[in-house]
Amino acid sequence: MSRATASYSGVPRWIVAVAVIGAAFVVLPLAAMVVRVNWAEFIPLITSPASVDALWLSLRTSVISTALCILLGVPMAIVLARTSFWGQKVLRSLVLLPLVLPPVVGGIALLYTFGRRGLLGQSVEVLGVTIAFSTTAVVLAQTFVALPFLVLSLEGALRTVGTRYEAVAATLGARPTTVLRRVTLPLVLPALVSGAVLSFARALGEFGATLTFAGSLQGVTRTLPLEIYLQRETDPDAAVALSLVLVAVAVVVVALAHQAGESEGLRFWRRRSA
Amino acid sequence: MSLATKLTTALLAGGVALSLAACAGTSSSTHSGEDTTAAPTATAAALEGSITVFAAASLKSTFTELTEEFEAANPGVTVELNFAGSSDLVTQITEGAPADVFASADEKNMTKLTDAGLIESSAPVDFATNVLEIAVPPSNPAGVASFADLADPAVKTVICAPQVPCGAATLTVEEATGVDITPVSEESSVTDVLGKVTSGEADAGLVYVTDVIAAGDAVEGIEFPESSEAVNVYPIAPVTATENPDAAQAFIDFVTGEVGLGVLAAAGFGQP
Repeated sequence: MSRATASYSGVPRWIVAVAVIGAAFVVLPLAAMVVRVNWAEFIPLITSPASVDALWLSLRTSVISTALCILLGVPMAIVLARTSFWGQKVLRSLVLLPLVLPPVVGGIALLYTFGRRGLLGQSVEVLGVTIAFSTTAVVLAQTFVALPFLVLSLEGALRTVGTRYEAVAATLGARPTTVLRRVTLPLVLPALVSGAVLSFARALGEFGATLTFAGSLQGVTRTLPLEIYLQRETDPDAAVALSLVLVAVAVVVVALAHQAGESEGLRFWRRRSA
Repeated sequence: MSLATKLTTALLAGGVALSLAACAGTSSSTHSGEDTTAAPTATAAALEGSITVFAAASLKSTFTELTEEFEAANPGVTVELNFAGSSDLVTQITEGAPADVFASADEKNMTKLTDAGLIESSAPVDFATNVLEIAVPPSNPAGVASFADLADPAVKTVICAPQVPCGAATLTVEEATGVDITPVSEESSVTDVLGKVTSGEADAGLVYVTDVIAAGDAVEGIEFPESSEAVNVYPIAPVTATENPDAAQAFIDFVTGEVGLGVLAAAGFGQP
């Protein structure tokens, strides 16, 4: 332990200096925003019907999106990590694309898929389901942008854990589904949790794809980021107050994800030292 | 603008141009601190420097065209354009963005800056007007023919949110006519409304005449007489803090002049 501490003191001072500048770059804008908050009006501003509707809609859709991400993302991560097939690398890049794509582009792509004149939109409309301008569209947009976060963190963890324990379980006669349920998933649970938390955070912050694809109507499609964007037009105080709410939620989410990641690291460390 | 003001501007511009020419090569300063004794010439053609014009997003194509013509007429001047929603521009200018000219899509946002003392209260000049028009996808799938048709819940109508100028205009028309639109979405900008219409997601959208013309074949426009209830007026003014008031004023004169009116009229803007 003391050796580890000693090796850390060897960090060059200029590295520390640059790191401090970097940290200030991230923290300062947040502080600047806090300074601008109209505290006297803070509670009325964030409890106005429009704000409450937006916050409630955001939380609801983000929870559903996260559930969808887990439902679809876990199998995707397992297939990507545990199997090998022709074109797998290309497929992985494509699946992770929403991570680097500007959300507006994602929104346009979704529009041409699930929109009224989209690839699937017409057949979906025949079934009596209208996605355009509905809360479903918000969930689709959020899931689209948040899914890669879960797939990425889970796939990485699956590769790191390796297949030793799974192989042992299989030789002991466990069926693949049993191995998955009893061995694989418990092993990568921390990564799954932190991936899910990250997905939730991404869904909560989703703006571009929602605006392009779902529209903006109070209580139906206007999530918190869209409400902030609109409020800024006439009521900057409300926009800042709501931004602070979103920052607070984000801080909690990051803390949760960090904790999940930490416990994951702890597991590896324990296993290695055992 | 009075003739006297115009003359003064022209004379001042000439004076500054000469004093600038006098210190050319020795200093890059754009301030004309020292006055030359030379009498200003009548031709104000020798404007120099660069100005930044903050213009409402709906002016993008017209102002881009006008800027090219202005620069061709004044080779010494470069014009930087910055387009965004009027209220965004107001925020930027209030926060200290370097603007020389501000062209707003409504009087309300211009007033914000005159109230803040960033623009002289007498400076804004109205240079264009705009009215709402119904935009529908090319085949007009919902068969929209009038403003009252938009109240039909079966018609998926997208409008601007009341917080933005086009939404405020929509609300004014709704209140004046008693037609109650139940929109499927209230967007934050004209572009977003138009996007929903061109993609066929919405059956109808309320945007400005100029937006329908700019969208070309992507949408069909349906004029409606009730639009006269909400006429949007576009004011333009130099920002008080400008370092190049002469070029700024020259640009404004160009926009409000013959060439400007022609370009604006072609894009569908009305004259104030």
